[in-house]
Amino acid sequence: MAKLEEYIPIVGQSIIDDLRLLAKRLEGKVVQHINSTAVGGGVAEILTRAVPLLNELGLNTKWDVIKGGEQFFEVTKKFHNALHGRAEEISQRDFDIFMEASAENIKGVDTYGDIVFVHDPQPIALINKRAENKWLWRCHIDVSNPNQKVWKFLMDFIVKYDSAVFSAPSFSRRLPIRQFLISPSIDPLSDKNKELPQDLIDSVLKKYEIEKDKPIITQISRFDRLKDPVGVIQAYLQVKKYIDCQLILAGGSARDDPEGMQVLAEVKEKASKDKDIHILLLPQNDIEVNALQRGSDVIIQKSIREGFGLTVSEALWKAKPVVASNVGGIPLQIKHKYSGLLCHSIDGAAFAIKQLLNSPAYARKLGENGRENIRNNFLLTRHLKEYMLLFLSLYHPEDVVQL
Amino acid sequence: MAEIIKAKEVFRFHTRLHLTELTGLRAINLSQLVELIREVPGSSIYHHTHRFLQQHQYLSPEPPNDFAYWVSEILGEDELGERLSSIDTINYSTIRSLRDRIIATIEEYLRSNPLAKMKFAREGEEFYFIKSVSFILPTDYTANNLREFTDILKKVTIDSIYFHIFESRLRLEKNDNDFSNWIGNSVGNKSLAEKISKLDPYTHTLEGLRGNLVYMIERELSR
Repeated sequence: MAKLEEYIPIVGQSIIDDLRLLAKRLEGKVVQHINSTAVGGGVAEILTRAVPLLNELGLNTKWDVIKGGEQFFEVTKKFHNALHGRAEEISQRDFDIFMEASAENIKGVDTYGDIVFVHDPQPIALINKRAENKWLWRCHIDVSNPNQKVWKFLMDFIVKYDSAVFSAPSFSRRLPIRQFLISPSIDPLSDKNKELPQDLIDSVLKKYEIEKDKPIITQISRFDRLKDPVGVIQAYLQVKKYIDCQLILAGGSARDDPEGMQVLAEVKEKASKDKDIHILLLPQNDIEVNALQRGSDVIIQKSIREGFGLTVSEALWKAKPVVASNVGGIPLQIKHKYSGLLCHSIDGAAFAIKQLLNSPAYARKLGENGRENIRNNFLLTRHLKEYMLLFLSLYHPEDVVQL
Repeated sequence: MAEIIKAKEVFRFHTRLHLTELTGLRAINLSQLVELIREVPGSSIYHHTHRFLQQHQYLSPEPPNDFAYWVSEILGEDELGERLSSIDTINYSTIRSLRDRIIATIEEYLRSNPLAKMKFAREGEEFYFIKSVSFILPTDYTANNLREFTDILKKVTIDSIYFHIFESRLRLEKNDNDFSNWIGNSVGNKSLAEKISKLDPYTHTLEGLRGNLVYMIERELSR
């Protein structure tokens, strides 16, 4: 795992100094993160990297995981989908299962932290054992259009917390508690984002039989309708009429996801007649994803819905010009015409790709701006800083805090 | 070369780190926008007129404020967008007076362009009102004279420069920026202080501003 020192060449000494300054103000406090899994998923990924760094800063940071049986996690998966706005049948039995498992966790989990930081809905009911300590609830889900039944159920818990944290302004709603905007982040030193030598990038392209003789457009996403891979192919075909180019659609394996398999089959069918479309299944191969992004001329992210869209951050960090849908957290990362191009349709995406391929200097400028935007706003170091400010806000209710 | 004058008081550099607080308030058209601009706390007006400056400080100067950006890019009201982005923020010494100017600009525009009220943002593109919570911390850097001051200026974070130039003046309602105050009153160099006061910081990137300040002070020192 990377040490703080290793971030200095990327973000500068002063940013690390600021982190140390903040950690000092939290001396003596114990921060306890609680979520539902130690491995897998974005929350665990961020905590895996953030917890050791916070401890290195001198902030006593712990991480505990709740327990739950198969039924409990089936219910919380349903909640997750319903909060994302998908139609789900939620019965009273589901709520009962949730409460039974929560009661067990309330008994079993020691909430010893001065600050208890609860992630996502699974452990939300732990708030019922709050004592004199401070409690935070971090929502990592797009709740811009949630199922009302589930949201109302969760609200009974949310209002008991000191503050809530969301990833995008559109996810916020009027709440009787303070709510903060903290975006997720990428780690510039992880396999997915670290610098790669050109020969490694070339060898990955070669492995997948991708020639460098024509521009490469790439979307990295699992095969899911919400990522609109078929729309990406349609946009590519429109571009192809004018510019000879190739398309990479790369994402994780969809073997255990029946809908994903169907989407993959449709995508393959659409792509079958075009040898310049490369459909790649890359199960958890971060280095190869990194190489494909770096080897591309334009990155596209034509999602229909998006929580935050960290693949956009990853592409911008590599100074790639990006065309992405104006949904979820994407507009936070791309200011249209400043650090990338936003689109609302297949035609719009195609037009933007053509613009970028035909104007390399403009594309380069957008990519460079994009990289700086990520450096300033979406790297792990910013995330650590905001978490510490969030902890301090629990003890300072005012808008201007003199420390 | 001018003699190095010891300041009457030491200048301690501070830094300002901010956390973004959500209000849950959103506007879908110009009428709602102006109504909410009237109601929201000053820290929200401050956020939307200064956020771009800090978040996108690597971009070219003339950073638009969030209101101008939304009005132009989302509602397509370019003329109002231009009027809002050209509000001379440096002329306002309080958030209150800046807020009044923004409201007057939108209302004036709506009076002569009533059809603009009919434009609505699409779902997901509404204007979300946000607040800035500032945490101000002293750093270890102190200056006793202009030479030390400029050496430190070269290495402090842009957050520190931002605090002393923008936030201290407008949000803490001091009449001038901290640098001019110290150089004028404590170092006693009124003309340099005035030159820095006259700089319109809103038309520079923060790194550009740093470069300009260093240049002005070093030129003064080399006289």
